[in-house]
Amino acid sequence: MKLHEYQSKQIFAKYGVSIPRGRVVTTAGEVKHLAEELGNRVVIKAQVLVGGRGKAGGIRLAKTAKEAEELATHILGMELKGLPVRKILVDEAVSITKEIYLGITNDRTARKPVIMASSAGGVDIEEVAARTPEKIVKVHIDPLLGLREYQARDLALAIDLPRNLWRSFSDVAAGLWNAYVACDATLAEINPLVITNEQRLLALDGKMVVDDNALPRHPELNEMRDMDVEDEAEVEARKYGLSYISLDGEIGCMVNGAGLAMATMDIIKLSGGEPANFLDIGGGASAEKVAAALRIILADSKVKAVLFNIFGGITRCDEVARGILTALKEVNTQVPMVVRLVGTNAEEGRRLLAEANMATAETLLEAAQKAVAIAKGA
Amino acid sequence: MSILINRNTRLLVQGITGNEGLFHTTQMAAYGTNVVAGVTPGKGGEWVLDGKIPVFDTVKTAVETTGANTSVIFVPARFAADAILEAADAGVGLIVCITEGVPVQDMMRVRTYIDQKKVRLVGPNCPGMLTPGECKVGIIPNNIAVPGNIGIVSRSGTLTYEVLYALRAAGKGASTCVGIGGDPVNGTNFIDVLDMFESDPRTEQVVMIGEIGGSDEERAADFISSKMTKPVVGFIAGQSAPAGKRMGHAGAIIEGSSGQAEGKIRALEGAGVRVARHPEEIPSLLR
Repeated sequence: MKLHEYQSKQIFAKYGVSIPRGRVVTTAGEVKHLAEELGNRVVIKAQVLVGGRGKAGGIRLAKTAKEAEELATHILGMELKGLPVRKILVDEAVSITKEIYLGITNDRTARKPVIMASSAGGVDIEEVAARTPEKIVKVHIDPLLGLREYQARDLALAIDLPRNLWRSFSDVAAGLWNAYVACDATLAEINPLVITNEQRLLALDGKMVVDDNALPRHPELNEMRDMDVEDEAEVEARKYGLSYISLDGEIGCMVNGAGLAMATMDIIKLSGGEPANFLDIGGGASAEKVAAALRIILADSKVKAVLFNIFGGITRCDEVARGILTALKEVNTQVPMVVRLVGTNAEEGRRLLAEANMATAETLLEAAQKAVAIAKGA
Repeated sequence: MSILINRNTRLLVQGITGNEGLFHTTQMAAYGTNVVAGVTPGKGGEWVLDGKIPVFDTVKTAVETTGANTSVIFVPARFAADAILEAADAGVGLIVCITEGVPVQDMMRVRTYIDQKKVRLVGPNCPGMLTPGECKVGIIPNNIAVPGNIGIVSRSGTLTYEVLYALRAAGKGASTCVGIGGDPVNGTNFIDVLDMFESDPRTEQVVMIGEIGGSDEERAADFISSKMTKPVVGFIAGQSAPAGKRMGHAGAIIEGSSGQAEGKIRALEGAGVRVARHPEEIPSLLR
């Protein structure tokens, strides 16, 4: 789960990282007052969970409180990459001598966190990473020992930071590390970390991604979730413990298991169709869960056919069949369906569905080809 | 012969009195696995499966009393890291964690700790292992595989069952099937298992089932081309998956240009692996 800039920076500040004075507000009037309070020169920043906000016009410098109000009015009416701007962060403007990059993420291959720093911080860090990767210095962190001070010093040296700033750079790195650990983050990033004219280090922007698997033990972070970036059907699915992702195709699919769900999408594509969704009902799904899943699939008006691929193990095929029948009683639909049931109680499941007048298939390939043919005919 | 589990496996079940733990213990025992003990803190002294399996409070006492050499974990995600560490500290040599949803920072700490010991962890978020006709550790359905000469290693659960089922339908059997799990940081990777299959006399060919996310398949391809003599057939799930979306498994995500199916398929084909277009094509690509 991604956190907003203002949320990330507040967390960093809690762990000792200096951030500009500022606050998040929702109206242009508040922006004006805040600008007056902060000394007129302020930066107005749209709080939307997309990259490239600055280039899209969502970040502006205002020299007076009146200008701040005007800019805020404009930005609050904007959409950035399809998402509405509802919140604005107003930060005091600071004079900058240099922009640095500092971030911590998980290195899957090394199975350890890695801290990265670059003297070429700022908006083009992704280009720096792609074109001149040697300008980004990386140090792996032992997750049992944590970030050591010498490692932070190594980074400071490697990015040619002036000696008088090493101490405060170590403090920022330690603060970022502590925030990363405390929040179960998969990414904690300050870009840019700036050196001000007064030779202070300040986190001008911040970004955090929290491990979804860790959210149950961080209810305070879970509450920060921005529903604007959430797909309605995906939220509904989550309520039932279903893993659902909307796609653009015309064949809805219901599968047990994530790998098999992906393989089912792939074989639909291989057979000349396009999947409308990824849907994993999980292991041992009840009839209620299956019914909810089918309602979610059928709520997508693009769906021209539904493919069920159930490999019964812990999941019982007869229970899945009951769920399908329950949902069909509630939802009046003309969408044709293809069912493939294999494994635990498959025969009982097929018997239950015989009266529902659905196409059946023995193999996965046959099921996919039938679904594609039906969807094209419909 | 087989790898990791066989007739000599003495299995301990952590979380044996929970719903899932008890159900799958029954299934494993029915398969013929030698389940010697269970652990649930606070329930030591009880017995399960009609008085056949003793329950202990700690892994240490269970191991000391029963000589368990392998542990399978069914505890909820928030207790999983602790359960793995407890088993490792009690001297269990092979730990299989079925639990899904373990936070990745937990796994980085666990992995770093157990790497200092002589312990093999399989999983988490995996279906476990099966040596057909001998031993099952985990949740793979009992009746879908027969003994044979094909080693199977997979990041997925039900997709693996699908492949085992297709193999059996084609009259082909498995030496051992290992589910390594769908998390970004796990205990055992493709290369570990490929290496074991390469030295296992019974395994004559290998099926490797990967998916989008990370670069384990690419590194496995390097290993196959430089170290393996046995033929490998592969399949990669997620060719139609969009970028930036986690496809159910915590580790199944395309980040930027990394982790895409295409690159993995190209790497495997470059290493001489015959890559199936869909799971049911796998048997026809084997010898």
